[in-house]
Amino acid sequence: MVEVVIAGIGQTRVEEHWAVSLRELAFMAIEQAQLDAGGLQPQVLYVGNMLAPQLSHQAHLATLLADFAGLTGIEAATVEAAGASGGAALRAGYLAVASGQADVALVVGVEKFTDVVGSGVEAALATSSDGDYEAIHGLTSTAQAALLMRRYMHEFNVPRQAFAGFPVTAHANGAGNKNAMYQKAITPETYHKAGVVSDPLNMFDIAPNADGAAALVLARPDVLPPHASPLPVRIAGSSSVSDTLALHDRNDPLSFQAARLSVERACQRARISPLQVDLFELYDLYSIYGVLSLESAGFAQRGEGWKLVHDDHISLKGTMPVSTMGGLKARGNPGGATGIYQVVEAVQQLRGQAGVNQIPEARRALVQCLGGPAAIAVTHVLEVGS
Amino acid sequence: MEISRHWRLRKQRYSLVGEECPHCKAKLFPPRDVCPECGHEAKTLYNFSGRGKVYSYTTVYEPPAGYEENAPYTVALVKLDEGPMVTAQLTDLGDQPVEIGTPVEMVTRRLRQDGDERGLIIYGYKFRPILASQPA
Ligand SMILES: [Zn+2]
Repeated sequence: MVEVVIAGIGQTRVEEHWAVSLRELAFMAIEQAQLDAGGLQPQVLYVGNMLAPQLSHQAHLATLLADFAGLTGIEAATVEAAGASGGAALRAGYLAVASGQADVALVVGVEKFTDVVGSGVEAALATSSDGDYEAIHGLTSTAQAALLMRRYMHEFNVPRQAFAGFPVTAHANGAGNKNAMYQKAITPETYHKAGVVSDPLNMFDIAPNADGAAALVLARPDVLPPHASPLPVRIAGSSSVSDTLALHDRNDPLSFQAARLSVERACQRARISPLQVDLFELYDLYSIYGVLSLESAGFAQRGEGWKLVHDDHISLKGTMPVSTMGGLKARGNPGGATGIYQVVEAVQQLRGQAGVNQIPEARRALVQCLGGPAAIAVTHVLEVGS
Repeated sequence: MEISRHWRLRKQRYSLVGEECPHCKAKLFPPRDVCPECGHEAKTLYNFSGRGKVYSYTTVYEPPAGYEENAPYTVALVKLDEGPMVTAQLTDLGDQPVEIGTPVEMVTRRLRQDGDERGLIIYGYKFRPILASQPA
């Protein structure tokens, strides 16, 4: 297999982009990534998107975006894996370059939530669950997280306040990211006073859906311009693992098996232990997902992930920093683009371009996105230097 | 057509018909034809008793389109006595507080009314608490 590096990154701010269309939003990120990569020309385009057919009445996105970006004639395909669409598109791009089928691959994640407002968004999101046996009962993605959080608190005797560390850390980090939707720190008191959305979940346990696009240019190292600057970041490991689609079909819903296997396999391919990474961009769509992701990755025992959060191990100065640019909670959750944002942010850290959020001497990052309650998990290990 | 989609599921929706694996005797709901326990084909129909216990529950205040008239409603994971877990709404709660472990039984209720021109009403299973005084 050929080595694959990330040669260019691009992102828009995550917010309500009322004035910008789906194609324009995607192109903003593509343009930046191509410029950052020194004008490398891709032979393939993979688009990560979750809901454009429902929210924007637009399927066949990859052809549209290749066309709009002036790339007609290249191979193009859309990859959908619910919330993990971005990660799954990256993996497709990685495989295209690693297999030698392409020298350069362009990967873009894009989502436009604000084309629809109100209950239509919940209905669209629910199409990612089991339509005949979950969504038909009025189960929402948020309710599903609430079911997990209540059971977790019950089984491991965890107080609700223990989850405050996730939103507090995420918002503190979002304050240092000019592309984040929310750039203001919050206090634990703000968390404790927040209104309940789906008990025991409150509004700060839930990442906000918003519009955004992020892009990556992947390449084999020998096609990079000489003296490439900034440093190319290597994709050292890549893995995607599926679980049962419906939460009720799992023997142990509190254990994210796909997340665990995907970290194991990605780290195995990178020949590292998860403990050897300097940061973990995890999928904190809900605080409880963050806790379960820490446990699945092996950073905490089952039922003890909340202690890492409670004891402040996950902040920028902690032993395992997570959501270093705000995570889904503060940067925002642009659906199928989220998995690409996570990688763009990890690349910023590894290049030393993370500004006030910079983790000193960050060399290696673990990045993971989930579709549904880890019904699918896509994990990448990124490295810089020798 | 949406009507056929719901008609196909009538045995599951109205009477919790699942499957039993002829090889390892695992009880399966929803029916899935391949046994997740042993990997063999499992197509033998099996009628569930409709009794179980609440594994977890929550309240939905911001429902998806099509569920607005019921909101707020309680949705739960119910662990059936025969083993499998199902997602369903809890109903007929009255003043009784729901808890993890509350024994419940299946009832048939309206799940939603489709917003299309046919106004199709979809019925299916929900669960209600089994009263303590009631003989089992
Ligand atoms: Zn079996």
